[in-house]
Amino acid sequence: MKAEDIKNDLTAAIPGIQVTVEGEALIVAPENLLAAAGFLKENEKYRLDYLSCLTGVDYLAKGHLESVNHLYSVEKKTGPVVVKVRVPRNNPKMPSLVPFYRGAEFQERESFDLFGIVYEGHPDLRRILLWDEFEGHPMRKDYVQEDQDQP
Amino acid sequence: MTTGSQTPLETQMLEVSVGPQHPSTHGVFRMNVVLDGENIVKLKPVMGYLHRNHEQLAENMSYLGSMPFTDRLDYICGMTNNFAYALAVEKLAGIEVPEKAQYIRVLMAELTRLVNHTLLVGFLLNDLGAFFTPVLYAFREREKILDLFEAVAGSRMMVNYFRFGGVKADLPEGFLGKVKEILRNYPKFLDEFERLLSENEILRSRCQNVGILTKELAVSSSITGPMLRASGVNYDIRKVDRYSIYDRFDFRVPLGSVGDVYDRYYIRILEMRESLKILEQLIKQYPEKGDIISAKGAQAAKTPRMWKPAAGDAYARIEGPKGELGFYVVSDGTPKPYRYHVRPPSFINLTILEDMCLGHKVADAIVILGSVDIVLGEVDR
Repeated sequence: MKAEDIKNDLTAAIPGIQVTVEGEALIVAPENLLAAAGFLKENEKYRLDYLSCLTGVDYLAKGHLESVNHLYSVEKKTGPVVVKVRVPRNNPKMPSLVPFYRGAEFQERESFDLFGIVYEGHPDLRRILLWDEFEGHPMRKDYVQEDQDQP
Repeated sequence: MTTGSQTPLETQMLEVSVGPQHPSTHGVFRMNVVLDGENIVKLKPVMGYLHRNHEQLAENMSYLGSMPFTDRLDYICGMTNNFAYALAVEKLAGIEVPEKAQYIRVLMAELTRLVNHTLLVGFLLNDLGAFFTPVLYAFREREKILDLFEAVAGSRMMVNYFRFGGVKADLPEGFLGKVKEILRNYPKFLDEFERLLSENEILRSRCQNVGILTKELAVSSSITGPMLRASGVNYDIRKVDRYSIYDRFDFRVPLGSVGDVYDRYYIRILEMRESLKILEQLIKQYPEKGDIISAKGAQAAKTPRMWKPAAGDAYARIEGPKGELGFYVVSDGTPKPYRYHVRPPSFINLTILEDMCLGHKVADAIVILGSVDIVLGEVDR
């Protein structure tokens, strides 16, 4: 499965979708994520029914947070298709994938906990590894640790 | 005196916090359970007691520097953790692995699978109330394999044995002979174990039809490993991705039919028998001569703090004993990984713990949790 072909299929199936290809990954706009996920999961050609890995990445210099999804098909034994979603660091909101992939539940909570990405529509978006009173999101690149040497 | 009124008696739900210091949570894990009588109506897992931000530690050191830390994720299966991380960095930097090293890797991975599944079955019986007798048998067998790990890596659990492009050291003399001895004795041990357990009336009545996980829910909840296959889904990454040299061995993928605790127990016994089959073939094919690390990999091992892969990202996964173990690594061209993420199977397999436990009793929840096979070092990272 070439990323370029998937992009063509996505643009044909979902009018007005914003999707670009970067290397082997598809960059999907947050507002189109649910439509794209629904298409990739249900479409007979892809049947990407298994969300393997969901994680955040903080690109501080570029000013955005990225949520990286690796999708596989258990039915067809194909994959991965890499879907990346980018949101600005000052307003990191994107739709939750839980309606399509239950496996996103804990992984999105972890990404929310450590990166502060808000997954809208998540049934139970709370911190999962750190305690509720914790302030900040320690995996962000500009996070200052308590015992860190100050320049 | 009045006869029974039409309105039912007023009852209260009982909230119980199981753990974190509870022997059956396999570490420091807590389940917030709401009970109606003895039936579970709500269960929320609470984790993070062992959280040390493993990923951030790894982002602040060289690529090779976090290899020993991967041992501490799932501390039962150090070898397979090394394996997945090495694969991810090899994919990122385009490093080849010589044939002999591939054989050593698969040898270690399958021995680790034996260790993990043996221990799991032992501890599952512990959770069932067969206090420490089956676990002692399991420990006795595990000991023999850990001796081999010590001989080859210098450590029994925290092995730090894999390097990018190969492994740290060649097998010592007489190693394969010892493996053959294990292969000879293991089937006997499994038969004995099964005689004790598989047909056991108590085990069957406690495990059958408890904690059923359906195919559809298992796939959509990203469940992997023996748990997924116990629900009858044929998905083994060794067969699907054919990473390393798994295409050279002939083995079956055992499948369950019901998806209950008993299937999850039995699938592990069957998988151990398949692992023995792989090891037997591996010893026959094992090349005595050859390099154990490629030139490019040796370079990375010699100067770990100078070594830097080109910018890019890579995700690699293996069929770990507990499920899909994956590493996602992003390089920005410096000697430290820009992003390092572990896809931990035991963490994600907990997603549907509540679904499996609803309607069952507290004692069943303990067994269901035992059959998921978690290690908190990996859940909390």
